[in-house]
Amino acid sequence: MTVTWQNLADGFSLGAIFALMAVGVGLVFGVLRLVNFAYGQLVMAGAFALALASQWGWPLWAGIVLCFAVVLALSLVMDRLVFRPLRGHSPAVMLVATFAVAFLLENIALLSFGSLGKIATSVTSLNRPWDIFGVQIRRIAVVAVIVAAACLLLLQLLLTRTEIGLHMRASSMDFATARMLGVRANRVIAVAVLISGALAAIVAVLLTVQSPLVTPDFALQNTIVVLAGVVVGGLNRPIPATLGGFSIGFATGLLGGALPTNQSQYLHAFVFAAVIVVLLVRPRGLFDFSRTVERV
Amino acid sequence: MKLVVDNLDVRYGGVHAVRAVSFSVGAGELVGLIGPNGAGKSSTLNAIMGLIPAGGSVRLGDEELLGRRPEEIARTGLALVPEGRRIFSELSVEENLRLGLAGRRARNGPSTPFDGVYEQFPILHQFRRRQAGLLSGGQQQQLAIGRALVAEPDVLLLDEPSLGLAPNVVDFVFAALAVVRERGLAVLLAEQRAQRTVAAADRSHVLGGGELRLTLGPQDADDTDKLVGAYLS
Repeated sequence: MTVTWQNLADGFSLGAIFALMAVGVGLVFGVLRLVNFAYGQLVMAGAFALALASQWGWPLWAGIVLCFAVVLALSLVMDRLVFRPLRGHSPAVMLVATFAVAFLLENIALLSFGSLGKIATSVTSLNRPWDIFGVQIRRIAVVAVIVAAACLLLLQLLLTRTEIGLHMRASSMDFATARMLGVRANRVIAVAVLISGALAAIVAVLLTVQSPLVTPDFALQNTIVVLAGVVVGGLNRPIPATLGGFSIGFATGLLGGALPTNQSQYLHAFVFAAVIVVLLVRPRGLFDFSRTVERV
Repeated sequence: MKLVVDNLDVRYGGVHAVRAVSFSVGAGELVGLIGPNGAGKSSTLNAIMGLIPAGGSVRLGDEELLGRRPEEIARTGLALVPEGRRIFSELSVEENLRLGLAGRRARNGPSTPFDGVYEQFPILHQFRRRQAGLLSGGQQQQLAIGRALVAEPDVLLLDEPSLGLAPNVVDFVFAALAVVRERGLAVLLAEQRAQRTVAAADRSHVLGGGELRLTLGPQDADDTDKLVGAYLS
């Protein structure tokens, strides 16, 4: 196995994308205690929006706008029709409900676009390599890392510096007490769902550039890996979720590129085996260093 | 503003926790709600705050509060210091106070909204950047009361604020409540410390088995027979 610069770059960019997805899943989990298994289908819907836009001959920017519009609208509809009515139900009920939503969306895509999918041609310009000091790096790898870092920084500022951010953090710690103090539950949830949706849209763009063939099961496997990453990192807190998503994405991207094909097919098996080991050793997550300080 | 509780009824499944309880708290009044564990004190306060469903009527001025969501009730001018304080232990002291602002009605209140609270509880100012979970029990209780007060409520509800505190800290809490009442707030205090509460309150209602058993005045505070009788009746 030889690791090239391109393998490393792929690892970083996949890590960055997975970190964004992990934070998107974690934000909604924080306020709703709901693991949204349908998160990958949001990304899939955004990717189809890009593919359709490029089929219609729209310029790239218009495709990206359409992608955001579709994903954000779908997020709000999901919140209104599924999350909100089920709020306060047991986690098992909510998880099963999001499974149902995931397969519903996937099958809608299957009926509308067929299993062969569509190709988003307009985004391929971002996929060409850059020559950096004689090393060939695909542009998207650099773009993904920069975009992800910027998004996570902005999110961190929002959470720590603004009123709505404080309300979101408090709600994810103790929603009942936050509401008792006057924190508007519906607003907090709507903001979390919208930010989570915006992250899904960004991920849709980045992933579509990397693999322009958009199929109904687009991002499905990634979602499963990301959920594992979120669990490894620790749900509910953006920074551990980021680290968890990044590390699992980095490992997958690096090994996926570096291993020969006859070995890389076992990659996911190894990744999930590692997840199980982590959960056995550190059930609260690999990156949860918070001490529980509570006095009576 | 006067808080009027009329025929309040709370049920948990088959348990009838509060039965047709009626009382009122006027501005500048301190009203005690005493009784043993399970008498229905917490249920009464939580129902007033909209945290649990209830029957009957709870009015603040002319507004009916029952059936509204807790975040709306907080914005009409009620603030609860909950049992066990429920501070956000991972947030800083000042962030906890900023959360209290969520219930403030006037969007453009004073630019330094914590001055009053910091003046009343100087320790909170000293530790304002500290993680709230690192405070002592008494300091956390001050934070919970301060967090309720920054919302500038008309009515302050307190659920056993003296629970688990050292005697001198209990004195401090009762002194703080006296100051709050002086400012014209209506204060409803649920407590197990019957004698202290009866002595401090304008009147104290004794709850037992979810019902209002009798009402005591400050003059009854030293009447041990009457207090014990109230609990055993």
